[in-house]
Amino acid sequence: MVSLMRSIATFAAAAVFAAVFPSTGANAQQKVLKFIAQADLRILDPISTTAYITRNHGYMVYDTLFAMDEKFQIRPQMVDKYEVSKDQLTHTFTLRDGLKFHDGAPVRSADCIASVDRWSKRDALGQKLAEATASWSAVNDRTFTLKLKKPFPLVLDALGKPSSNVPFIMPERIAKTDPFKNIDDPTGSGPFRMLKAEWVPGNKVVYVKNADYVPRKEPPSWASGGKVVKVDRVEWLYIPDSATAAAALNAGEADWWEQLPPDLIPVLARNKSVIVKNIDPLGSMGMIRFNFLHPPFNNEKMRQALLYVVNQRDYVLGIAGDPKNGQPCLSYFTCGTPLASETGADPLKGQRNFDRARQLVKEAGYKGERVVIIDATDQPIVHAQSLLTLELLKKLGIKAEIQAGDWGTLITRRAVKEPPEKGGWNIFHTWLVGPDMVNPAVNFPLRGTGEKAWFGWPTDSKLEELREAWFNAGDAAASKKAADAVQRRAFEFVPFVPTGQFILPTAYRSNISGVIIAPMAFLWNVEKK
Amino acid sequence: MFAYVIRRLGATLVVMTVVAFVVFLLLYLTPGDPAAILAGDAATGDDIKRIREKLGLDEPFLVRFAGWLWALLHGDLGTSIFTNLPVTRLIEQRIEPTLSLTLLTLTIALVVAIPLGILAAAKAGTWIDRAVMAFSVVGFSVPVFVIAYALILVFSIELDWLPVQGYRSFSEGFWEWLRHLILPSTALGTVYIALIARITRASMLDVLAQDYIRTAQAKGLDTGSILVGHALKNAAVPIMTIVGIGIALLIGGAIVTETVFAIPGIGRLTVDAILRRDYPIIQGVVLLFSGAYVLINLAVDLSYMFFDPRIRY
Repeated sequence: MVSLMRSIATFAAAAVFAAVFPSTGANAQQKVLKFIAQADLRILDPISTTAYITRNHGYMVYDTLFAMDEKFQIRPQMVDKYEVSKDQLTHTFTLRDGLKFHDGAPVRSADCIASVDRWSKRDALGQKLAEATASWSAVNDRTFTLKLKKPFPLVLDALGKPSSNVPFIMPERIAKTDPFKNIDDPTGSGPFRMLKAEWVPGNKVVYVKNADYVPRKEPPSWASGGKVVKVDRVEWLYIPDSATAAAALNAGEADWWEQLPPDLIPVLARNKSVIVKNIDPLGSMGMIRFNFLHPPFNNEKMRQALLYVVNQRDYVLGIAGDPKNGQPCLSYFTCGTPLASETGADPLKGQRNFDRARQLVKEAGYKGERVVIIDATDQPIVHAQSLLTLELLKKLGIKAEIQAGDWGTLITRRAVKEPPEKGGWNIFHTWLVGPDMVNPAVNFPLRGTGEKAWFGWPTDSKLEELREAWFNAGDAAASKKAADAVQRRAFEFVPFVPTGQFILPTAYRSNISGVIIAPMAFLWNVEKK
Repeated sequence: MFAYVIRRLGATLVVMTVVAFVVFLLLYLTPGDPAAILAGDAATGDDIKRIREKLGLDEPFLVRFAGWLWALLHGDLGTSIFTNLPVTRLIEQRIEPTLSLTLLTLTIALVVAIPLGILAAAKAGTWIDRAVMAFSVVGFSVPVFVIAYALILVFSIELDWLPVQGYRSFSEGFWEWLRHLILPSTALGTVYIALIARITRASMLDVLAQDYIRTAQAKGLDTGSILVGHALKNAAVPIMTIVGIGIALLIGGAIVTETVFAIPGIGRLTVDAILRRDYPIIQGVVLLFSGAYVLINLAVDLSYMFFDPRIRY
């Protein structure tokens, strides 16, 4: 409280001082990229949360051992040399020369081991890797080995995982933090350094170029390749009102707006100094999630009924405002990625069949239970889907209602396992970015592990067996076949209903170049003229 | 008077303690779990449970309240659950923009509204009076965000005179500070201009009907001296009450303006904290608000003595 009073006094003194000695603009010569981020950065720890804004912050300040490129190949990033023994049980990694953290300390094997260890306690794929791991050990400061109990074909996929949680490398002193405790030290070895003193949560995050960063020689491709920073300073702005954000970009007060709401696309497209573009090749996938613990959606036929009536075009239009900003995706895996297919997707295809759906509802023995859809009106993607699903349920003769709140209430309430009349729920909607649904390892809503599964808690041992078989698939063809089997089962069991693939375009001023086409906004390689 | 001030300050502590307890209780009862928000969309129930344990959110209400109160008595408002930053630092970051916006808004409101109100009273029943009152009705009726967008469209987009959004600290230069506040203060000030002008007019009309004003006119005093020198001072008590309420409302109530103009003020800090259930921030800010409200009320009450010597405490 004393410091608060002091700050008021300081403000008064500054008022007089500043009136007499105005600022000379120390940053005037710097190239500053002003970037309107998709959300407010509140959490600095990309391991303790899966929030995408924190993941994006992670890519600014941290680097990864491996990274995925635009062809879905895993490429070495911090790693220089990588070897695997003939029995596939020993993996040896050697770090590139000259890697340094922002505090000047070299990146050591111990840092990498501690970082991967912390990540593997929170991330689903990390946990899978940990199950197969016998030990991690440092050979020297730059070389370390992973010894496996059994061959695990996805070692590189795990270490090069592109989306939340990303196995970012942190200094050992930070990576030793309990994975369920939020870290607040943003020291990494990535291409940017965060100026924490200038961080104003709810308003601005400031990064500067990491002068010590040694980029790879290859051209950038998604999260892999050379991360060459071409501006001196990046300011992430959080502008909560989208009309103001559009005006700021139009007026040149901001250089880049990460995600446009659909209704403002025409406003910005009229400005010749602004480029509106889809730079996300994978987009996001919407979904209807059921509660498997309570009637009526604990019955497989009730869930299947929705497959026959959901029209993904309606959902895409509701979410993205324009059919050009999305497409139907009749797959449980992100369309446009290697495992996507229409295997088993017949109920979701073609003319919608309400008669078949009503028949399924009847066969399920629906007794007129009230269906509660929990909604978050402050999340347009959630709200649009909720309204569409409500209409479908009503058309099927199901007594449904929306119980609306904000996102904070929804994600609290969805953890409630009680019946809907006691504060629980039957349906909620959400969405995941494309990279989070590319395969059975990362696609967490597909899991059928009951109490340990994601909200809704489906139990399906067959789905889990097929997922396990996918992990053990030896090559790409076997992997595809195993993924098809997972999907076929998913369309029978229906852990969720995919509602389509949509893209929220980005917009930037025409003096910006070098924007990387990728599922997330990377700020290296970006030039401002 | 000294005893009165001490008594009022003592009452402030009681009010703040009650407010703190009630707010803590309401937050405890409100649905929402910061652990679930912190964990992210992909977290499982077990993850959330572990985070809740780490944050101490699973402890009983009284244990949590006692812990918070004990820290408060040591001058510690706690730490944000999400940013891990001290609440005092977060409030410090936001106090300057809010104070700047409040002071400039009130300055604009007083400079414009009081002359308008006096003019309307002096010309009661004429077209000037009707025009001022019509402006007053419009000022009340049009939402702040509509005025804000209109101002942005004209002065930022079309004329390119003033910035669309953001805030510059006073330390970055007076002109930059002012440029970033002109539109928000004008948008927000419109309501207060309307309100204060109306109150000033009503209060002035009341005073202008008094015998001593007729006496002053009979003595041959000029209109300006009568209006400003005699009438305004006696009409000031209700005006000061409204100004005091205005200051109190502005400190916490400029949320819409702060949101539209992306000003990192206390209002937005509060709303953001409520949306993500960042309890320590909500509690800290509410405590600050309640203290500010009580102190402003005290200052207004004391100001009555200046305007009306008959009032004594």
